[in-house]
Order: sequence, then C-alpha cells, then structure tokens
Amino acid sequence: MKTYDLSSASLRELNQSLHDVDPTISEREWRIVSPNGAHNIACGLDADISVDIEGHAGYYCAGMNQKASVTVHGNVGVGVAENMMSGVVRVKGDASQSAGATAHGGLLIIEGNAAARCGISMKGVSIVVKGDIGPMSAFMGQAGCLVVCGDAGEALGDSLYEAHLYVKGHVASLGADCIEKEMRPKHVEELGALLRQAGLDEDPAAFRRYGSARELYNFKVDNASAY
Amino acid sequence: MCGIVGLYLKNPALEERLGELFEPMLIAMTDRGPDSAGFAIYGDEYDGGVKLTLQSDEPAYDWAVFAERLGDALGGVDGWFRNANAAVFKLACDEKQVRDWLKHHTPELRVLSAGRSIEILKGVGLPRDIASRFNLKAMRGSHAIGHTRMATESAVTLQGCHPFSTGLDLCLVHNGSLSNHNWLRAKLKREGIVFETDNDSEVAAGYLTWRLAKGGGLTQALEGALEDLDGFFTFAIGTRDGFAVVRDPISCKPAVIAETDDYVAMASEYRALAGLPGIQSAKVWEPEPARIHVWERDGAKVEAA
Repeated sequence: MKTYDLSSASLRELNQSLHDVDPTISEREWRIVSPNGAHNIACGLDADISVDIEGHAGYYCAGMNQKASVTVHGNVGVGVAENMMSGVVRVKGDASQSAGATAHGGLLIIEGNAAARCGISMKGVSIVVKGDIGPMSAFMGQAGCLVVCGDAGEALGDSLYEAHLYVKGHVASLGADCIEKEMRPKHVEELGALLRQAGLDEDPAAFRRYGSARELYNFKVDNASAY
Repeated sequence: MCGIVGLYLKNPALEERLGELFEPMLIAMTDRGPDSAGFAIYGDEYDGGVKLTLQSDEPAYDWAVFAERLGDALGGVDGWFRNANAAVFKLACDEKQVRDWLKHHTPELRVLSAGRSIEILKGVGLPRDIASRFNLKAMRGSHAIGHTRMATESAVTLQGCHPFSTGLDLCLVHNGSLSNHNWLRAKLKREGIVFETDNDSEVAAGYLTWRLAKGGGLTQALEGALEDLDGFFTFAIGTRDGFAVVRDPISCKPAVIAETDDYVAMASEYRALAGLPGIQSAKVWEPEPARIHVWERDGAKVEAA
C-alpha cells in the first residue's frame, strides 16, 4: 500500500502519481491521509486501483473517475464523482451539493446524506444514498438510477429525461414533469441489484419509483404549427 | 466568490485563544476572497455605556487628541486604545449621543461598529495582511465572524469590506450576490436607512437594521430577509451572544458547520475548519437551505422560515 500525506505532499504531486499508475506493475492500493478538505483529490483516475481517503475531502473529489474504486472516510464537498465514467466512489459521511453531477457511469454510494442537486444532469451513473437528499435532485437527469433510502427534498426530478428514481422515504415535492410510476418486476430487479452492490440491506418493495411523464421533452405533433 | 468564517467558543477556557484559533480560518479562505478581509470579534464587554470602533483614512491620525476632545464634549472617556488605523472607545453615554457628536465634529471618522462587546476591523488587502495589521492572533473573546472578499457587485474599497454593522452588537457577512439590491436600497432609503456605497451586501445589512428597528428580534428579521432578498446568499450574523447562519433556498453558496463540546465553527469550506482542535471527532454538516440556524449562550436552535 502506498500512503500519501497531504499535510506534507502536494496535491498535484499526488494526482500526477495516481495518473501515472500502471496497474500491471504499480501499487494498486493507495491511502491518502490528512486531506483536510482539499479540493480535486483523486480526480481523473483511469486505472483499476483502490484509493482510501482518510478524512474530509473538498470539492470535485474523484471527479471524472474511470475504473478506480475511491472511498472517502469522511464528508465530501461540492461535486463528488462529477462526470464519473466508471468505477466506484463510496462516501462514508455526507456529500455536499451536486454529487455525481453529469456522471455517465459507475456507482456512487453516499452512506450519509446528500445535499441539493444530487445527480443533477446524470447521464448513466448509478447513485445510491443511504440517507436523505436535498432539493432539486436529479434535475434534468438523462439516464442512470438514483436510489434514496431516506427522504427527498423539494422538486425531485424536475425536467427529468429517462433517469430512474427510487425513493424509500418521503418526497417533499416532485419537480415539473416528474411523476410516480408503477414498480414493475424489472424495476424491483434493477433496484435490488443496486442495493446489493451498495451493500445495503433494504427491501426493494419498500421503495417507490418516479420517472418522467415525457410531456416536456417529447415533441408533440399538436405543437407543429408553432414551428 | 467570497469566504465567510465564524467561531463561537462554548468552552470559556479557550477564550484566551480565540484570535489564534480564528486567524488561520480567515486566512484559509484567501482563495475565495483575496481582495479584502475583515472580522468582528466579541469580548472585552463594556457595560457602562457604548463601545465604538472608529476608523480613519489618515494613517497618522492623532487619536489621543481626538480622545481628549471627545472626553471633554461627552463627559469623559472610560477607556480607549488604538489598533492600526482604527481605535476602540468606551463611553458612558448612549450611541446616538456619540454618533451625533461625531457627525458634527469629526465627519472624517467612520464608525465601524457600536455595542457593548463587538469590535469590527477590516481593510483592503490579503486576509493575511489584514489579520496581521490588527494583530488578530493575540485577540481574546467569546466569538468572532470574518469575511474574505472577492468583489463582484461593487468596488474594492474599505466601504465595501465586510462585516457590515447592522445595529448594536450586530453585524453581517455575506457570500453571494443580491439581484434586487437597487430596488431594495431605494425602498430602505425612503425608510430612513443610510447607505455609504452601491454594495449589495450593505443593502442586506441595512435591511436587517430596518427590520430589527421594527422589533421582533433577529429570527423574525432573518425570516423577512429570506422573503424579501432575491439572489444568492449565505449570511453569517454576529450577535452579542453568538452567531446565526442563513442560506437562501437555492443554496448554491456553500456553508459547513463543525461542532464539538468546545466550539461551534462555520465556514464556506471545510478547509477553513481543518486546523481546529478536535476537528477529527467534530460533528460536521451543512446547514440546510432556507433555515435559520442560531447558536447562542443559551443553546442552539434551528428555525424553519
């Protein structure tokens, strides 16, 4: 295991070392201590390695992640795993706003709560939140799944495209064009698989599904005369 | 972008170290606001009348001569000291009496704060330089709030620096930008509130002054702010007994709180809190949007607005 202490090593040096990893010959387990809320820790990884961050991280932690497995033993600031492509990012504490923003793939697990705009413009990522999520979450979500074991804040799924939303707790309100939908067997299966991957012992049957009413983004022939 | 920080000590044994604990918090937010900085520090309580922080643009201003004139006119000065281009005066009379005298006799001086406990010190420059100019690290007290500024809505001047005084022992720091400040400033001017600048945060401060003068207390004034201020904001409000934090409902301006048995600290980013003692075991969380969070000597409370 390779350990970096951010109270003495520079962040740029750390990220460069992580980018230079060749998993066939390099150390595959990394440990980062004293993150002290620094921004951009472990961004742009592109190798099948595992990174443990021992403390609270700042903005954009594990952004643009590919293949790597990053675990934060603390809270994260704005935009954790933003634009993630693949791999797994696990946050043991809470996440600030815009967690998993625009992410295309991979799995983001937040064991605490996520603040506003969780999964904003998500494009294929799976996000599993053990606690609650803040307002405006999954705004313009295009693809992927957002699973929430706690409650959801105001305007969930506003202007939603085709992301799948599953919430166990109370939803403060649904955003424009977001509606509750029937849980069909394939949804129970999809949700069950995500909960298992996240290591959560939850019953998929206790969740409700929300999705797009497809009134906002679909072209309607009735409007043809407007063009 | 701007940075805001606040530190409220629950453990009186730490009061000797307030400045030493608070200075690194302010400096840590330099990336968010390198053009000006300021802080309000509460301590050295004076119960005999009013304590004012005055500031002069003239570095060689003769505060001793001023103190003598002020004492002769208002029946004596209970105590005063100079700190760089500012000076703190303790006077056994009411605030209005002093302000009226200052307005007529020394209009060149600026009143940065008034109250029993508060002292506001601020200036244009790097947070590190402002902190060192006023020797922040040696200061003691019960709590402090601070601001590092990156100007967006108005000029980089002393008048645009935070904290803004909003009444006796009250002040405000702001991260964000208000979009209805021109309209609101005009409205508040008609109500008799005086503004020195075209700064949006000064309007938020003026708004609180106006609401508080109508009675009802700080929580009610902040509820009004959530209703009437349009734009982005995280506010920290220093009070005689503690501080309050409010974020607008959209909450794109950040805030993090850390609490231990010894203190409550808030900052725009966790980085500013990372050096506090016991932070590894502190409870750390984000204050919810559109809620009024207050920490005072009689305990914490969170109110739905």
